[in-house]
Amino acid sequence: MCGIAGLIHRGKSADIGSQMTSMLQALKHRGPDSTGFALYGDGGKDYVMRFKVAEQEDLATGFDIHDTIKERKQTVDARLKEMKVKVKDEEQVTEYAHRYTLSFGGDLKRMIDFIEDIEGVEILSIGHALELIKDLGDATVVSDQYSLSGFKGTHAIGHTRMATESDVDIRSAHPYWAYPFNDVSVVHNGQLTNYWTNRRDLERRGHRFMSDCDSELIAVYIAHRIDQGDDLEDAMRRSVDELDGVFTYLVATADSLGMAKDVMAAKPMVLYESDDLIALASEEVSIRSIFPHEIDTFDPYEGEVRVWQS
Amino acid sequence: MAKLNTEHDSHKLGMHTEQLSGRTQQVFFSPSAEDNFVYHDSIEVDFKKTAEIDAGPMDISDVNVKIRDLMKRGVGTITVKNPSAKHSLGVGILNRLNLNFEGSLGYFGCGLCDGPNIRISGRVGWSCAENMMSGTIVVEKNAGSTFGAAMRGGDLVCKGDVGSRTGIDQKGGTIIVGGNAGAFNGFMMQRGRIIILGNAGKNLGDSMYDGTIFVGGKIEDLGVDAVEGEITPTEEKWLENKLALYGMSAPNGVKNLTKIVAGKQLWNYDNLEPSEKKLVL
Repeated sequence: MCGIAGLIHRGKSADIGSQMTSMLQALKHRGPDSTGFALYGDGGKDYVMRFKVAEQEDLATGFDIHDTIKERKQTVDARLKEMKVKVKDEEQVTEYAHRYTLSFGGDLKRMIDFIEDIEGVEILSIGHALELIKDLGDATVVSDQYSLSGFKGTHAIGHTRMATESDVDIRSAHPYWAYPFNDVSVVHNGQLTNYWTNRRDLERRGHRFMSDCDSELIAVYIAHRIDQGDDLEDAMRRSVDELDGVFTYLVATADSLGMAKDVMAAKPMVLYESDDLIALASEEVSIRSIFPHEIDTFDPYEGEVRVWQS
Repeated sequence: MAKLNTEHDSHKLGMHTEQLSGRTQQVFFSPSAEDNFVYHDSIEVDFKKTAEIDAGPMDISDVNVKIRDLMKRGVGTITVKNPSAKHSLGVGILNRLNLNFEGSLGYFGCGLCDGPNIRISGRVGWSCAENMMSGTIVVEKNAGSTFGAAMRGGDLVCKGDVGSRTGIDQKGGTIIVGGNAGAFNGFMMQRGRIIILGNAGKNLGDSMYDGTIFVGGKIEDLGVDAVEGEITPTEEKWLENKLALYGMSAPNGVKNLTKIVAGKQLWNYDNLEPSEKKLVL
């Protein structure tokens, strides 16, 4: 089933970490397998890179896993040094998840590919504003684990996952980062029926997939369209025609938030819009978790695409 | 056992003039039958006896149990405060009752109801009044998709906009939408009426077996086998009176509503067996 949520503050920052945690916790019943956040901070000159060197479930496999995790992290550090990336700050959030602040002026895609070439290593996000966090468990568990309360920013999207067509692991959890475009992320509720056709097409064009989850296709598709010169809204409108299946998805960039709904309107989305805040979710109960008072909401219609700026 | 009639006073009002065919049964309950409309375990309530429930801190099932407990004590008018868009509130009420929600409901609100008069001051999520059998439900703001899905009877009113697939598989009763409606409204409806005073989205009345849809605004396009019909004088009178019950009116008058009915050209309207089709196709 899955639940998705998004919010964007216009012209100000707020504690989006706590707000998105509340919104996703209210959607726990739509998917308890994993929870993910794409949080957009105020940004700066440096890149923030979130990456993992193992899956959570790997920790229970074999006697050497803890040594392997350390070796992978050392290899990441060595390769960053080789690429002349300056690591300004590093934080180990869990045994397998890290947050680095980087200064880098070279070829970002090449650097990313070089790091992800290490077995078991996946970059979850890299950008000036975006920080992508995802792990197993409900929103409160993940938020506490990654200390998201108090995270200040302008906008965020999030996802609670009920695994259907791929594994329960971090790799298959949402959001997906639209590699290699920094600061672009996607969450999705639904099923894509022309996944393999589109995936093979995009792979032939040089794009990489890290999972077998159909939702990742949307992120890669959006990345491809942006690479072809579309702006975000154009790419999303095209996706409504070219992606088959039932879907509602949210996309965020450094300064915007967008939503798209398939032509059958088979997946829910409730929208609240005011002058200073837009909030969207699979269910109104999610939006109401951050609003103590009565609000007016509505359902966007079939095939609808909307984009808001922060 | 309820007595069944094939004739009914409403026939005189032109309410059952559709040429029912295919798998539709032309059988109606008679209001004069003694044991109709009353369940064996229904409760006598006094509408003057009132009570309030604060749903804010309560679980969904506790709210629904509390409504039943109050009905058992004879309370006939219940106000639920702070419903906070919770799901499945006010479901399965098979009794006369005035039930007011001060706020919005989530998904599956007021489903499977038979008899109560319900008013919701806010919005409702998907699948409000699914399988509703009788009574009235009035939503003051917007509604999500599948509003009144598989509804059997009663009046279901949304004064704002509704999502997609309103009245999907509708088998009776009347759905009124004050604003605009999304796509696939009246999809596979079998009986009953839908009145949309605003615009209707694409595929209106797709694969409808029977029933009638009236639209006040623009229709994006019609679904398979949905065709335009002519409004009869009886229907005009019925529309005016029905809308007036809820303080509503057609923006350009009921005469200018567009009436949509089933064309009845789909496969299910012929009487040929599959093996017989081969003889003629």
